[in-house]
Amino acid sequence: MKRDKLIGILLMIVAFSAMLGLGLIAVFIFLEGLPIIGKVGVWDFVFSAQWYPAEGKFGILSMIVGSLFVTAGAILIGLVFGLGCAIVLTQFCPRKLVSVIKPSIELLAGIPSVVYGFMGVLILVPVIRDYLGGPGLSVLASSIVLGIMVLPTVTSISVDALQAVPRSFYEGSIAIGATRWQTTWMVMLKGARSGIVAAFILGMGRAVGETMAVIMVAGNTISMPGSILDPVRTLTSNIALEMSYSAGDHRKALFATGVVLFIIIMILNTIALWVSRKRVWKGPRR
Amino acid sequence: MGITDNTQIDLPSNQVRFAGESGAGQPKIRVEGYHGFFDGKPVLKNISLDIHSNERLAIIGPASSGKTTFLRSLNRMTDLNHEFTHSGRILLDGLDLWDRNMDVPELRRRVGIVYAVPTPLPWSIYDNMAYGPRLAGKFKPSEIERMVEEGLKNAFLWDEVKDRLRTPATNLSGGQQQRLCLARVLALEPEVLILDEPCSGLDPISTGKIEKALEILKARYSIVLVTNNTKQAARASDRTAFFCMGELIEIGQTAQVFTYPASRKTNDYITGHFG
Repeated sequence: MKRDKLIGILLMIVAFSAMLGLGLIAVFIFLEGLPIIGKVGVWDFVFSAQWYPAEGKFGILSMIVGSLFVTAGAILIGLVFGLGCAIVLTQFCPRKLVSVIKPSIELLAGIPSVVYGFMGVLILVPVIRDYLGGPGLSVLASSIVLGIMVLPTVTSISVDALQAVPRSFYEGSIAIGATRWQTTWMVMLKGARSGIVAAFILGMGRAVGETMAVIMVAGNTISMPGSILDPVRTLTSNIALEMSYSAGDHRKALFATGVVLFIIIMILNTIALWVSRKRVWKGPRR
Repeated sequence: MGITDNTQIDLPSNQVRFAGESGAGQPKIRVEGYHGFFDGKPVLKNISLDIHSNERLAIIGPASSGKTTFLRSLNRMTDLNHEFTHSGRILLDGLDLWDRNMDVPELRRRVGIVYAVPTPLPWSIYDNMAYGPRLAGKFKPSEIERMVEEGLKNAFLWDEVKDRLRTPATNLSGGQQQRLCLARVLALEPEVLILDEPCSGLDPISTGKIEKALEILKARYSIVLVTNNTKQAARASDRTAFFCMGELIEIGQTAQVFTYPASRKTNDYITGHFG
């Protein structure tokens, strides 16, 4: 009995230490970053595109836009291919093939991001430069690289969501004369909707937060991107690129960039959690 | 009306057949030397039988005798199982189910199945009913509305749900859900109705309603009913087939099978000595 209690307390401490880590990071980033946001002003910090640290101008709008562009592109690619993959794996694929394809997609998650960046620089960037124009280092290149990187997240969560739809829905639909595709579209995807939205948002969180691969293929110029072939700098790359030589307000401004990033990712994850808990779904309304 | 039949069993004399509908004397479904295998292991061995229009055929037999597999073969629901293979033929109106020209979704509308466990889709009652007709893609909204109502009436469910067609089907009781699944199939106006132990989880009143529906529906359809309840087979069928270990032991008029079974095994099963 006593031992049980002791183990219980120990486990409690372990569990809370994870939360403590999160708490400490949050407190530290906010302590370092918030004062400079106050000094510059929230509006000027978030909605100005003037980033001249030497002159004390810290506006990160172009980086926010860059991050959003790159993320949107990545999630579009990730969702099309990831969801497509999940549909094929759960609905149309013989089980033997699934046992080959699914682990290899999951293996993608284990490849270091610098390798993705390397492949992007070596293959993707020259192809974009030669065939589509621009410098090659661009929103498009980053979106494609990130799209591949979020594939395992999107695919495995979508597969889980589709597999969680009761078999009886599938059989019931087939039995009244639906084809497999009609069943997938009208019954399975609707049934898995909340899980798929969660996959979408978690993939987004991963894309927003990715740094190394993006630095290598995005070009990193501080300017508003006019097209998907223009180079951009994202919030994460900004921190990673400038942290090593920054000091004073500049350094604080980088922490403030982290604050903005932190808030964006928190919002995304909260939405994902909230959506994936909503398991109830309604039929086709007419 | 004279019936030229190749099987040894004649239809009851009061049986009315729609002349010309499936050709004189041609059975609705003819099963010829049908074998079924799971992973190469035989589960159905050399089944040959005919199912006529406007009859209720009951299939009885102990567990794992292949009844359900046989039933699911009749509209190719066995296709969903990748381990399943077959040999032999099943003809619907003379056309092999596995013929190149067979339209499988259409086949499943013509040969409607009701499972042992209700399988409502997680939508409203109306959407469950309208799903099949909408899929068929050849009906106007007004026709669909009529089909929904007809189907529910034929399954004796209309009066209970007519005021709440837009509420979720999953709110219905088990018996109502099962009748909804029957109604959903009936809305498609199938030619053959196949039921896999449709009353196994139901209370006597729901069971009675389903049996009553079958009695009336046989005027329009062929009905194949798999049941573990031999009393139900005796009550609610015209002919009875006895399956055991994947073989068809005996098929004949229900009254004859239950009173003078030809096979010792059948006798043992219906008197409760084994199975």
